[in-house]
Amino acid sequence: MEIILLLLMVFMIIGSIIAIETKNLLSSVISVGVVGFSLSIIFLMLGAPDIAITQVVVEILILVVLIRATITTDNTSIEGARDTFPFVSSLIFFGLFLMFAYFAVRELPKFGEPLMRVSGEYLRTGTEKTGATNIVTSVLLDFRAYDTLGEATVLFTSIVGAFVILRRRGRKGKTEIDQEKFGILEDEDIKQNFEGF
Amino acid sequence: MDRLKEEMRDTSRGMTPIVKTIVRFVIGIIVIFGAYIVLYGHVTPGGGFAGGVILASAYVLLTLAFGKEMGLSKMSNTGASILDNSGALAFVIIGLLGFTGGYFFLNFLPKGTPFRLFSAGMIPLANVAIGVKVTASVFAIFMALSIFGRFIYQASEGEEPESEE
Repeated sequence: MEIILLLLMVFMIIGSIIAIETKNLLSSVISVGVVGFSLSIIFLMLGAPDIAITQVVVEILILVVLIRATITTDNTSIEGARDTFPFVSSLIFFGLFLMFAYFAVRELPKFGEPLMRVSGEYLRTGTEKTGATNIVTSVLLDFRAYDTLGEATVLFTSIVGAFVILRRRGRKGKTEIDQEKFGILEDEDIKQNFEGF
Repeated sequence: MDRLKEEMRDTSRGMTPIVKTIVRFVIGIIVIFGAYIVLYGHVTPGGGFAGGVILASAYVLLTLAFGKEMGLSKMSNTGASILDNSGALAFVIIGLLGFTGGYFFLNFLPKGTPFRLFSAGMIPLANVAIGVKVTASVFAIFMALSIFGRFIYQASEGEEPESEE
């Protein structure tokens, strides 16, 4: 089974490299989808159907949204040469990451032999303490409900942010003309716009 | 469903009648499956988040197939934010009700028999609250990105954008 897992991971790495390197936005989005679906298959094989369901569903929705966002824009391909400085600096940071990851991963418990200090307790007493037979839900909504509250807060904040950024007009009247300027403000702009401050 | 039937003959907006017909048959099944995932989250794999995203994807499918008027008529912008807020509020209230027995997020309801729908105390209620919240918020994000996003509008029909309100 580990061979299939390794194959899927190699597939994911290839998919993400294609997603970065390809010039066409649509194929880039589809390659990201490949990564997500392979991840959901891995979750399913490792016996985590809860996360697998969530991963599949969110992946489909994100694909639909991204495809709809990309095919309607005019600019679907990226032109121009790549700058050397970001490339070189990312290579350096990747090397640093590999170096630290080598020491960090050696300390981790081996694959398939988890420590089970806290989770063993949940597995043993979860159903009798909460009454839920799905242990994942009993952890999410009973033992660790604070985490779920934080997650809900994150979702709420992100939606407020999306609405604020993506709405087309601010709360002004229709007849008012939007005279805001973007970028660096000149002195007169500051005088005009921030007179009340 | 009569509304969908009428909309199906209207070829001016949305996708082709083939897509619309299939969406008409499939949409109920998707909604039932999403509700099942939410309601049985404490018995079988799934839960509020996964089921909520499935329910939201039903709305997204409706919007893609029938056009944005259909999607907005099923769940408007204001409706989505009201549902979103009330779901979050319900989850916090369920947590606060735990203070009746002692502490925050206490499972204050009777546990019941395992493997039954009405078991596990407050967990199904919290699942429903999160499901409602996630449905509304994911659909609202889709609407924000695809309908009143300015980059979408430029390339599509070219009509004058109407105000959000």
